[in-house]
Amino acid sequence: MKLDRTSIAIGAITVALLAAGPVLPKWAMSLANVALCYGTVVLGMMLLMRTGLVSFGHGLYYCLGAYAAGTVDQMLKLPDMALMVAAAAAATAAVSAVLGLLLARYRDIFFAMLSLAFSMILYGLLVKTSALGSTDGFNISARSIAGIAVADDARRYAGYGITVVMTMLSAGILNLYLRSHRGRLAEAIRDNELRVEYMGASVRSTIHLHYVISAVLAGIGGALMAINIGHIDPEMTYWPQSGEFVFIGILSGTGSVFAPLGGALVFETIRSFAYEYSPNTWQMVLGVTMLAVMIFLPGGLWSLVQRRKGA
Amino acid sequence: MSAILEAKGLNKSFGAVTAANDINVAVEQHSIVGLIGSNGAGKTTFINMVTGYLEPTSGSILFEGRDITSLEPRQITQLGICRSFQIPQLFNTMTVAENLMVGVGIIVSAGGGWASSSLQSAAPAKAVDAMLEQFGLGSYRDRQAGLLPEGTRKLLDIAMAMVVRPRILLLDEPTSGVSADEKFVLMDCVMAAVREGRVTVLFVEHDMDVVVRYTQRVLAFYEGRIIADGDPAQVLDDVEVRRFVIGEHAPMQAGAASIHA
Repeated sequence: MKLDRTSIAIGAITVALLAAGPVLPKWAMSLANVALCYGTVVLGMMLLMRTGLVSFGHGLYYCLGAYAAGTVDQMLKLPDMALMVAAAAAATAAVSAVLGLLLARYRDIFFAMLSLAFSMILYGLLVKTSALGSTDGFNISARSIAGIAVADDARRYAGYGITVVMTMLSAGILNLYLRSHRGRLAEAIRDNELRVEYMGASVRSTIHLHYVISAVLAGIGGALMAINIGHIDPEMTYWPQSGEFVFIGILSGTGSVFAPLGGALVFETIRSFAYEYSPNTWQMVLGVTMLAVMIFLPGGLWSLVQRRKGA
Repeated sequence: MSAILEAKGLNKSFGAVTAANDINVAVEQHSIVGLIGSNGAGKTTFINMVTGYLEPTSGSILFEGRDITSLEPRQITQLGICRSFQIPQLFNTMTVAENLMVGVGIIVSAGGGWASSSLQSAAPAKAVDAMLEQFGLGSYRDRQAGLLPEGTRKLLDIAMAMVVRPRILLLDEPTSGVSADEKFVLMDCVMAAVREGRVTVLFVEHDMDVVVRYTQRVLAFYEGRIIADGDPAQVLDDVEVRRFVIGEHAPMQAGAASIHA
C-alpha cells in the first residue's frame, strides 16, 4: 500500500518527538507521556466510534494491559519494556477475543453498559486479590528495552521513547487499516448494517475484530502508562477512567488518527492547568470544555481541521 | 433452460397470519420475472425468504440445486443472490462513489468466491467509475447519498446490489416513489445492466405498464399463494388476477343488482 500524507506525518512527528525528548522539561515530558498513553487508548475508542459503538468499559483493557506489564516485571522477574508491552497486547487480545464474541451481538446502550459491567467485574476481582496488591496495587520498574539494559538516569527518556514509538506505530498501523477495504466497513456498519450484510460482509465479525483491535490499543496504552508512572492499581479499571476515554473520544472526533492524539493532549493540558490553578473546581473546567465542544464542535476538535481543509 | 432458483412448498406464518402458502415455483436462468399482487399478497415475504431476511416456516429454497433455506443474508449474497429494497438501504453519510466502493471493497477483501474475475482484477476505483457510468450516476459521484432525490436513491440502491456481481437480482418495488417520467428511464438503465451481466431478475412491481414492458414471465400473488403464472399477457388477462390484483370488479349478480335498483 502506498504511504499517504498521514503516514508520512506520523513518521515525521515520531522523529520530532524523539529528538525533542532530551530537551523537554520534566513537566512537559510527563504531560506528553500521559497524553500519548491516553491517545493510544482513544485510538481504539475512535475505531469503535467509527463503527457506531461507544464502550464505557475500556478501562478494563487499559488496566489489564497495565497488570499484564506488572506481572511480567513482578511475577516473571523480566523488567523489560518491550516484553511488558507485548504481554499487555497478548493478554488484552486474548480476553477481548472471548468477550467480543458476546459484545459483538449488542449495540447502543447495551454494548456500552455490558462493556462497563465487564470492567467493573475486573475491578471487583482486583480489589479482592491481595496477591496483586488489592486496592493499593503495586509498583513496577522497567530496566531494559528488548534486552538492552537502560541506565538509571536514562530510564525516564527510555519510557518516553518507547511511549512515542508505540503510540505512533499504533497510529500508523490503524491509519493503514482505516484506509483498507476492511477498515472502510467501520463507517458503512455505523450507517447501515443491513446493507453491509446484503453486500456479503459479516457485520458481527467486523465488529468483533474492531473490538479486539481497540482492546489491544487500550492494553498497550495501559502498559505504557504503567512503565512511565511505575505504579498500577485497580482504579485503572474503575468507571471514571473509562468515562475519561469516552470524554477524550468525543472531544477529539473521529476524522483522523491524529484526532485522538491531539484530543488527549488538549484534555491533559486543560486538566493539568485546571488542577494547578483551580484545584477545587478543575472538574467544572473540564465539564464546561466538554459542553462547549458538544455545542460548538459536535464533530470534535478535529472538525476544525476538516473545516480548514474544506475551505 | 435450467432452473437457477426453486421454491418448494414454501410457507411462512406470522402468528395467525399466513404470508406465504405453499409456494412452488422454478425460475429459469437469465429470465426476467415480475411479481405482482396487492399489498400483503406475499410478494415481499417471498423475496425476504429467498434472500435470507426471513426463514420459512416450512418448505425449501434451492439455488442451482443447493438448499439455501436456512443460510444467512451474507451467505446468500456470497452465492450470488442480491437484492434492492423498497426503502433504499444506503450508507447515507457517504458519497455515492463511497457507497459503491464499499461493495467493491468487500469483493476485493473476499479475494475470490462469488465475484467475477473481471471485477477482481480491475482497480477498485475503475470498477466504481464503470458502475457510476452504467447507472448514469456519474454527476452524483461526490454527492452525499442521504441528500439524493428519491429516484436517484432507488437507482443507487440497485447499483449497490449489482456492484457485487449477482447471478440473481431481486428488486423490491424498484419504481415506487419514482415519478412517472423517471420510471422507464430507471428501468431501462437497470435492464441494460442486468442484460449485460446476464443476471436473472425477479422484481416486485405495482405498475402494470412496467411489468408488461420488461418481464418475460409474471407471478401473481394473492393471500400468500401464486394464483397465476405465465407470460404477462396471459397472466394479466386471468380472471382472478383482474379481480384480486388489478382490482377490476366482477359483474354484479342479478339478485344483487335488483336490490340496488
